[in-house]
Amino acid sequence: MTKDLYDVVVIGSGPGGLAAAIAAKKNGADDVLIIERDVELGGILLQCIHNGFGVEIFKEDLPGPGYAQRFINEALSLGIDTLLDTMVLDINANRRLYVTSKRHGFKEIHSRAIVLAMGCRERTRAQINLPGSRPAGVYTAGTAQRWTNVEGYMPGSHFVILGSGDIGMIMARRLTFEGAKVERVLELMPYLTGLTRNYVQCLLDYDIPLQLHHTVNRIIGNHRVEAIESVQVDDRLQPIAGTEEIIPCDTLLLSVGLIPENELSKMAGVKIDPITNGPFVNDEFQTNVPGIFAAGNVVHVYDLVDWVTEAGLSAGASAARYAVAERQKEIRSIPMIAGENVRYIVPHRLDKSHMQEEDIRLQMRVRNPIEEPVWVEVHDGSNLITRKAEQYVRPGEMVTVELKPKHFAEVEKAQSLTVNIVKRK
Amino acid sequence: MEDAVQEKYDAIIIGGGVVGCMVARWLSRYEMKVLLIEKCSDIGTATSSANTAIVHAGYDPLPGTLKARMNVEGNKMWDQLAGELNFAFERRGDYVVATTDEEFETVKTLMKQGEDNGVPGMILLSGEEVKSREPEITPNVTGALWASTGGICDPFAVTVAAAENAVMNGVKVMLDTAFEDFVMEGKRIVGVKTNKGTFGCRWAINSAGLYSDEVMHKAGVRPEFVIKPRVGEYFVLDRAEITINNVLFPTPTSKGKGILVTTTVHGNTIIGPNSVLKDDKELKAVTREGLNEIWDGALKLVPCLADKRRCVIAVFAGNRPLGNAPCKNPAVKYNSDFIIEIPEEVQGFVNLGGIESPGLTSAPAIAEEVVKLLKEAGEPMQEKADWNPIRIPRIHFRDLERRDQEKLVEKDPRYGRVICRCENVTEGDIIAEIHAPIPATNYDAIKRRTWCGTGRCQGGFDMPRVVAILAKEMGVSPLEISKKGDESKFLQRPTKVTEG
Repeated sequence: MTKDLYDVVVIGSGPGGLAAAIAAKKNGADDVLIIERDVELGGILLQCIHNGFGVEIFKEDLPGPGYAQRFINEALSLGIDTLLDTMVLDINANRRLYVTSKRHGFKEIHSRAIVLAMGCRERTRAQINLPGSRPAGVYTAGTAQRWTNVEGYMPGSHFVILGSGDIGMIMARRLTFEGAKVERVLELMPYLTGLTRNYVQCLLDYDIPLQLHHTVNRIIGNHRVEAIESVQVDDRLQPIAGTEEIIPCDTLLLSVGLIPENELSKMAGVKIDPITNGPFVNDEFQTNVPGIFAAGNVVHVYDLVDWVTEAGLSAGASAARYAVAERQKEIRSIPMIAGENVRYIVPHRLDKSHMQEEDIRLQMRVRNPIEEPVWVEVHDGSNLITRKAEQYVRPGEMVTVELKPKHFAEVEKAQSLTVNIVKRK
Repeated sequence: MEDAVQEKYDAIIIGGGVVGCMVARWLSRYEMKVLLIEKCSDIGTATSSANTAIVHAGYDPLPGTLKARMNVEGNKMWDQLAGELNFAFERRGDYVVATTDEEFETVKTLMKQGEDNGVPGMILLSGEEVKSREPEITPNVTGALWASTGGICDPFAVTVAAAENAVMNGVKVMLDTAFEDFVMEGKRIVGVKTNKGTFGCRWAINSAGLYSDEVMHKAGVRPEFVIKPRVGEYFVLDRAEITINNVLFPTPTSKGKGILVTTTVHGNTIIGPNSVLKDDKELKAVTREGLNEIWDGALKLVPCLADKRRCVIAVFAGNRPLGNAPCKNPAVKYNSDFIIEIPEEVQGFVNLGGIESPGLTSAPAIAEEVVKLLKEAGEPMQEKADWNPIRIPRIHFRDLERRDQEKLVEKDPRYGRVICRCENVTEGDIIAEIHAPIPATNYDAIKRRTWCGTGRCQGGFDMPRVVAILAKEMGVSPLEISKKGDESKFLQRPTKVTEG
């Protein structure tokens, strides 16, 4: 069962989130929670069944789910809490999270530190203003990847892929394995936008043609994609008339870039860099909002998962340090209790460590007048810490008493302090 | 020998756009057995779901036309309609913005035209006044016409609301049911042939929108009448990217109302449309040229859009059924008027044609006009004792206050599972639409009703999940689930199975 208060809450359980949670736990955070919107941990790695993961960190060539599983095992063995199939609806700058799920309903969670690890989303057809009709058969490469690798369905049989991003090239090979024909990969830019190794291993090895400086001019087909019209572009990336070519296909995959997913970050007041589309962070991956950290593709888009893991480890450790400091601050901070004949005391709470350096003046008002000499006594529950004499007290006249550095030794173990105003005997 | 008549109706409405559904809702008030047929797998998928979503004040149509009368009468009906059918409608008002002195003269003429049409609540504003009300307006503004009765709505939601209220009150709706021909007895229509069989009727009502010409020709009416699809293209911007308080029209030219910028009831900004005549009534494709044209047009009104192209979350195109019916009043020279008539050459036929803009605004007035025509033709039109004009809306998780969201999730945990994170659409919302009076049976139907997949990721996250929910609720394989009807299935086969 989840708690109401955590040292560190991590949003997202992809490579960045898993690493952050593990690092947080190992660096002194007692209670760590991962919130994941999907039904299992691992994020997008679970649909990346190709290999190429872990070469930097494990010196091994692992498939995505295998890479994720190592971190999932570690996280679970460390006793990290998880909330699966759960969406964070809101976060505020005080690090209160509002989450909902089918299983647990609504829940409000407070955390001393938060690591944002929501990853990124794929750019869509609209964002590249792709002209043509709107039939079935136009999918982002990642959506097609989920269908093929997680749900077990082929979204088409004759594909054209727009964009030479890594997911697009990897899907070209994957779909070929499944018996589909990938007619063409088109890339608007005059250069490859993904990794060269993916070009070699996914396109060249399978004779899938790549056309640079080409784009989709329009999508054809009212119900299902019937064809696309490709076109060459000039140096200003504008279509060159006369270079149009109709390529029959039933599916167009888009692999045209990734955008860090920062809608939640913005709700918490996190400032976003317009160039990376991710939060501005310092060397500890802390955002402009104290206690809110960010790791992985939510900050900027990485090309190797190992580096996402490293970023997660770093952000998680920073978050733990922040949470531990917060926790210590909370332990040092004790409530002031208005006791006999005291209506209220200001301050309401006291950070004991401040007493080491300076006098702390407690200000209060009495409930009832006492027209004879009184003691203003400060207790810690068992011992009298200090007391001050007054000739009388009246509700209209504020009463004060000072706690001095010399009292610190006695107060250090106190859970609270109570002030009573009593008649001098 | 004709096909056996499956069932007899008092009236069959051909076409389930906003006009057909509004007519169905109006007829549901009377003791009549009514069938509405729609050729697509959902109602309102053509013109009614791809337009500017504006309830026009009524200063645009030429005085004396049917368009002018229906617009002004229709506009007045929207507050009550929105209240009864429970859909979002905001009477925000609109501006016609002038950027030169010459344009301001045109705007003044427009105001005069509005007054002739009986449009209330119009005033002329100075450029400074417009700037103070609409901070993002072009600094070149020289003045504007302010029409306080202009409004915005979600036209598809209006269509669904009307259809659901009709169904509640006994109207039968058949989807995937295409009109093929009429069954005639001499000069009288006695039935309608469809791909799902032949149905008898005493009245056939043509509300076939883009295809209203073909339907009336089958009845032998107005052989010279032709619908031309007039394509309009649009951009949709993400929420909160720009502050547009009202509807901003440019000054109209001989080419039309021009590219406008407006907010939607969902808080997005919408830009468009252009106006291009095409031949293909089904084609709703956006073009590179068209998109550039509307973007440039919008910049003239709202220059700060220049660096907002990245905030575009969707582009779409809609077809408006432009007709060539001359205005009934010979004194008015106008050749694209609405047709709302019971023609003399055939009996049992209510003919609606050329209902393009301001068709959405006019829809309730047109429905009322149909009732009037039927009464004049001798239909008893006896009111049902138990007619219920109120359509209870389904709850949408995203529209609720947090407290109410909590209560809803407590009652039905399916509302606790968010499927579309950009738009906060839950499994509960989606399942409710699948089992609604007009069931949503494909992805686009879910999308139009819940706004699932309309946000920043455009379905990238939710699409496989919605397909899975549809399959489960409908008791079929995900392979059977389509984007917008049987010819547009998402998936082709399981993996690990090769062809041949």
